[in-house]
Amino acid sequence: MADFLADLQRHVFLQYAVITGMLAAIPCGVIGTYVVTRRITYIGGAIAHSVLAGLGAARFCQVVYNWPWLHPLYGAVIASLVSALIIGLVSLYARQREDTVIGAVWAIGMAVGILFISRTPGYNEDLMSYLFGNILMVSSDDLYLILGLDIVVILFSLLFYNKLLAVCFDEEFARVRGVRVELYYLLLLCLTALTVVLLVTVVGVVMVIALLTLPVAVASHFSNRLWLTMVLSAAFTALFTLSGLALSYGPDLPSGATTIVLAGGLYLVVAAVDAFRVRRG
Amino acid sequence: MPDPVIRLQDVSFSYNGLPVLEDVNLTVEEGDFVSVVGPNAGGKTTLLKLILGLLRPAQGSVRVFGLSPAKARPRIGYMSQQTTFDYLFPVSVLDVVLMGRLGHGSGLGFYGRADREAAGQALRRMEMEPLASRPFSQLSGGQRQRVLLARALASDPDLLLLDEPTANVDAAIETELFEILNELNRHMTIMLVTHDLGFVSCYVRSVVCVNRRLAVHPTSSITGEMIHELYGGNVQMVRHDHRCSEEGHSWRTS
Repeated sequence: MADFLADLQRHVFLQYAVITGMLAAIPCGVIGTYVVTRRITYIGGAIAHSVLAGLGAARFCQVVYNWPWLHPLYGAVIASLVSALIIGLVSLYARQREDTVIGAVWAIGMAVGILFISRTPGYNEDLMSYLFGNILMVSSDDLYLILGLDIVVILFSLLFYNKLLAVCFDEEFARVRGVRVELYYLLLLCLTALTVVLLVTVVGVVMVIALLTLPVAVASHFSNRLWLTMVLSAAFTALFTLSGLALSYGPDLPSGATTIVLAGGLYLVVAAVDAFRVRRG
Repeated sequence: MPDPVIRLQDVSFSYNGLPVLEDVNLTVEEGDFVSVVGPNAGGKTTLLKLILGLLRPAQGSVRVFGLSPAKARPRIGYMSQQTTFDYLFPVSVLDVVLMGRLGHGSGLGFYGRADREAAGQALRRMEMEPLASRPFSQLSGGQRQRVLLARALASDPDLLLLDEPTANVDAAIETELFEILNELNRHMTIMLVTHDLGFVSCYVRSVVCVNRRLAVHPTSSITGEMIHELYGGNVQMVRHDHRCSEEGHSWRTS
């Protein structure tokens, strides 16, 4: 911990990591709250895994076609939006079982990503770091992209707060009040997709679903209002990410996994205290 | 002559080829208090959803205030069934009532002062203002019902539609609810769906029976201690033996 604080002043990559953690926390808290209350966690999981297709395809084009400007994270943004729209449109308009579609997008996205990575010449270890996350690898370019995503997600969720709340709580009533429910549901899924891309840089594809839900689950114990849950979730996300980073730095542990274990641990403690209270009445 | 509040002409609707409503004709005039009764799966809720424009008829036309249901929505207040809510959802009573204000103003950002005033007024009308900041999940069944009614009233509607407002509440609360509705009926047309087949509140002016087809019945007062005890209030018996015209009976003093 002392190492971390000392090195934080010296190393730029550590400062970038801290900024990334803070920037990712806000959309994570806001969108995570919608995802948990609307009960679409598994859509978040599917989008996260399909992101690998975008990462892999972008890297493939970078190397094979020599397109250096096509950063893997751009590929991730596109892949996440495409899979969000596929899941959204299918669940709204096609008479398919929604969970089957979610599972298909989840697995196909991953498979496509692995195929691209296997066909890309050279050493692609940094792509594997997107699987389990490595917040220490964030570059200044990444940081601008992350900041841009941050602004988009926060802006949209503030502008449409009322409508998103109404659509999540009572879709039918919102429709009767003239709200274009389908549009806002798709908007919510797209915002979820962008948030997922942000979180991929922090904890990686595999653990996004945990960072999207666990802080909200903890915050829910202290809040009965949607906006308060969002604020508290963002605070908890920042706490988990930064302490995960700080604690993993000294012993050289994977930071993403440390973050998730901290989040999961606090969630279990809060849930246990709650269960104990209920039993005692 | 002004357009009737609700007019259904030769309306048919089916779910996956299964007919739910057939050749339905119905006219509801301004100021009416209509109770829609009928067995489960008889098409009551479908009728309500057609009027709200949530479903489109396979045949026939639905007009509300002379407009298509989607266009008439700003003038309709809707109280949905209580059973469909996720009670873990973190919203306060005021949050829920404010949803009734959606569709007013630009709709961007947060609710304005006019919205808060209208929501507050609707809560006062339901005597629920002291509970405005209470979580919706912590309310009793009767309190929730008042909040949902306040939400329906927050848009200041001319037509109030209620889906099973008396489900899951006891007779005392039901009586209280009908007192409120009777008061509201002075300013707005009311139509409610109920599962009670035989008896309806004494405030109801006409009864629509739906079981795939539709019939309009009058109500006739009955008295008797037994019924009073059974239902905890004054009730009227629906005369299923008698068939009225589509317009029902002329109960207005004209």
